[in-house]
Formats: sequence, structure tokens, C-alpha cells
Amino acid sequence: MALVVDLLTQGLQLILVLALAPLLTGFVRKVKARLLRRQGPSVWQPYRDLLRLARKEVVLAENASWLFRTAPYLIFAATWAAAALVPTFASGLIFSWTADLIAIIALLGSARFFLALAGMDVGTAFGGIGSSREAMIASVAEPAILMMVFTVALVAGSSQLSTVARFMGSPEVGLRVSIGLALFALFIVALAENARIPVDNPATHLELTMVHEAMVLEYSGRHLAVIEVASSLKLLLYVSLIGCIFVPWGMAASGAGIADYALGLALYLAKIVVLALGLALFESAIAKMRVFRVPQFVGAALMLGLLGTLLLFF
Amino acid sequence: MDKIVFDIAHLLAGSILLVSFMMLYQDRLSALLNLFALHAVLLALSVAWQAHVHAAPHLYVTAMIALFFKALFIPLALHRIVVRLNIHRQIETVVGVGLTMMLGMGLAALAMLLMVRITPDSDLLGREDLGFALATVMLGLLLMVTRRNAVSQVIGFMSLENGTILAATGAKGMPMVVEISVAFSILIAFIVIGVFLFRIRERFDTVDLQALDQFRGEQG
Repeated sequence: MALVVDLLTQGLQLILVLALAPLLTGFVRKVKARLLRRQGPSVWQPYRDLLRLARKEVVLAENASWLFRTAPYLIFAATWAAAALVPTFASGLIFSWTADLIAIIALLGSARFFLALAGMDVGTAFGGIGSSREAMIASVAEPAILMMVFTVALVAGSSQLSTVARFMGSPEVGLRVSIGLALFALFIVALAENARIPVDNPATHLELTMVHEAMVLEYSGRHLAVIEVASSLKLLLYVSLIGCIFVPWGMAASGAGIADYALGLALYLAKIVVLALGLALFESAIAKMRVFRVPQFVGAALMLGLLGTLLLFF
Repeated sequence: MDKIVFDIAHLLAGSILLVSFMMLYQDRLSALLNLFALHAVLLALSVAWQAHVHAAPHLYVTAMIALFFKALFIPLALHRIVVRLNIHRQIETVVGVGLTMMLGMGLAALAMLLMVRITPDSDLLGREDLGFALATVMLGLLLMVTRRNAVSQVIGFMSLENGTILAATGAKGMPMVVEISVAFSILIAFIVIGVFLFRIRERFDTVDLQALDQFRGEQG
């Protein structure tokens, strides 16, 4: 019976993250527009965009290889799997034994690898610039998130997300400065990885500043739709990760009643709304950085993660 | 209960160390002064918490001294000096931020290793405070080494002194006489340095201490 419930929860989660991801993107855009006193598109706009893109025909560059055509699906699959592994509203998922933080980072890393390859595949200048910038940011962001994982894993005694969430929700976690540092590190990495404002601007096609948009510039039609969903999923994944590690309250344990699941779901939505509001506020308040300052900004996350690990031994 | 006492002390001391790192990172002078004020406020809080835990009322005086002198008086005075010297725009570092941070990490790790080795059987609270204090002192020294600007060297010196206060409170406080005389010597040092700043500036038209290296005495 427990197995069936876990399987159902996992399936529900798999669908939930996919269905929610564009909504989150639309919501952040809407809040940002309202903060600038613009009306902004409806929160459902990303769904309409995706539908439209999916119906359009694909235009391929003449020298695009098979990699260019398969990369979107690989990126989408890796990101979706990673997003489905992070416990959102319930911790009893059937694959929770694989939901290891390091595995999730590896999945995201391989998605990024394929995206960077696809950016270089056609051989345009923009794709190359985007890929090399992405690699530059990733070379600092990945050690930073790994240090943050080490901090959390040392505190919780495991790098498995459901165990971490259970430990963080219990009173024995206490008041630790390391966890605060890890939270800040994760915030910075999430901004950098999702191409949000101080690092990259998700709403522009200005040549000099773009990173993510430069890599996907050659894509069109359903390929572009799949990549857009993947980047929405990535944002949702980071939001869920922050919720799961640092505010795991209200998550339904395995074998809980139906009311607990409903409560967990409502609280999860509330967490997403709060974090999305925070993200929109932060993005509206800050200016974009020069590309060459980005390693310093992300390096601060690396330092915070390192310091967090170090302080655990004091 | 005992755990939360330790956790709060750890949190405050850890925040002091974090602010030390932020001072290493910060390359604007007025922001650096604000960070220094924050450093002193955290020190005052940490000392007050120790006073509460050890039921040692004289430590409250230490906290008050830290709060009024270091968090209010000295930063405000330095702000005025910086504005009058017209150098509140920026400062330069000798080595890059990344390298400085790595050095700082290394020093903090060194302080930690040292403290874990030499105090295996003292009480947890004091031990942890000593470790943080040593790391703060090291980072203050590093700040003095990596900066060329005289004002940021002064800040490095003061943050180093904050570290020694933290160490002293970890060892259940020092005698009141020592306490007050240290506070006053810091104040005197501050005044002397303040006078020197203007003298250096008058002589060399800069507060970059690099200029002192080439100085070969008065000619004729």
C-alpha cells in the first residue's frame, strides 16, 4: 500500500512541477511588471507562448548537426528528472533514495553541458559567446553549490533530500550560522544559474549582455518550446530546493493522511509565491552587472559555502 | 537550554567572522567604515551575551565601550576624516579580491586547526570563542597587509583589536582596569593615527602608504 502511495505521490509530483513551471515564470514576470507600474502580460502567457511555439515549424540552420536537434530533449529530460526528484509537497517519493543533492547537481550539470554544446554547434558568433560565458559562470557556480551541499550534508548527516528535509524540520537543527551562509550561497547560485538579473537579463535580447538567450538564439519552433519549459523547470527546481532544504515545514511525511497532503500542497504553493515575490523585488531593485564582475559575485557564493563548512568545525 | 546558549554565541561570533570577510571583500571606503561599525555592534552583542551567560556584569561595561566607542564614535569620526581628505570614492587593493579571500579562508582554517589542537579539554564556549577571535585577528592583519590606503589600514587595526576583545571575553573577561586602559589606548591610537593621516596627506598629497616606501628623508 505504502508503495502505491509513494508511486502516486511521485507521479503527481512529476506532473505538478511540469504544470507549475511556466506559471511561476509568468508570475515572476507579472510581479516585475507591476513593480514597474506596467500592466504586464497575464500569468498564463507562458503557456500560450509554449503552445504557439509547439505548433510552429522548426527552422534549422543548414550546418546544424544531429546534436543540435537532440540537445533540447536531453536538456528537458535531465531538468525534468532533477525537478521531479526534489521533494515539494511530500517527502515520501518512490525515487527518494535517488534524490541525492549531488545527483541533482550532476543532472543539471549535464543539461548545461548539452546546452553549451548546442550553442556552439551552428557556429554563429553569438552561440559561441553565450556558451563560453555560461562555462565561465558555471566553473564558479558549481563549486559554490557543491560547497553549499557539503555544508548542509554535514549538518544533516546526509545529502539525501528527504533526510535533509526531515532533519531541518526537526528542532534539533538549532540555530546555526552555517545554514544561513549556505542559504545565501544558494540564493546567489540560483540567480546565476537561472540567468536572473545581476548576472543575465532574462527579458532582453541585447547582444552584449546575454548569456542564456545567446545560446538558444538559433532555436525555433518546438525545440525552442522545449528549451523554454526546461528553463522554467530549472527556476522552479531552485525555488523548490530552497523551500525543501531551508523551510521544509508542512511537508507531508510518507504514510500521512490526505489532509496532510493537501496542507503540504498549499504550503508549497505559499512558499513558491513568497520566493517568487522576493525574486521579483530583488530583480527590480538591482542593476545588471558587467560580465567580468560576475565571477566575483558568484565567487562570493563559493566563499560563503566554504566559510559555512569551515564554521561547522569550530 | 545549554545548546541554544552555545548556538547563539556561535551565531554571533560567526557573524563577526563573516563581517571580517566582508571587510576584506569591500573595496569602497565608506562601505568599509559601515561594515566596521557593524563589526563592532556584533562584538558588543556577543560580549553582552557572554555577560548574560556567565552572569558577569562587568562584561556589560565592555559591551557598552565597544558599542559607543567602536560602533559609533570611531566610524563617525573616520567618515568625517575620509570626506575631508576627499578619498571617500574608492580604495585600491594590492592583490586581487579572489586571492585575498582564499588567503583569508586559509587563515581562518589555520586558526581553527590551531585552536582545536591546543585546547582539547577546555569548555566548549570559551574554546569556540578563542578560535573565532584568533581568526578575526588574523583577518584584521590580512586587511592591513592587503590595503595600501592608510584609512583602511586603520580599520584593519581596529578590527584586529575587536578580535582581541572577543578572545578576552571568551576567557571570562579581563580585569576592569585592563579593559578601560585598552579602550583608552585604542582611542589615543585613533587620535594619533588621525593626526598622522593629515600629516602624511600634507607631505605627500596622498594617503597611499606606497609613497612612504620611496621617501628617503628630508633633502637639505
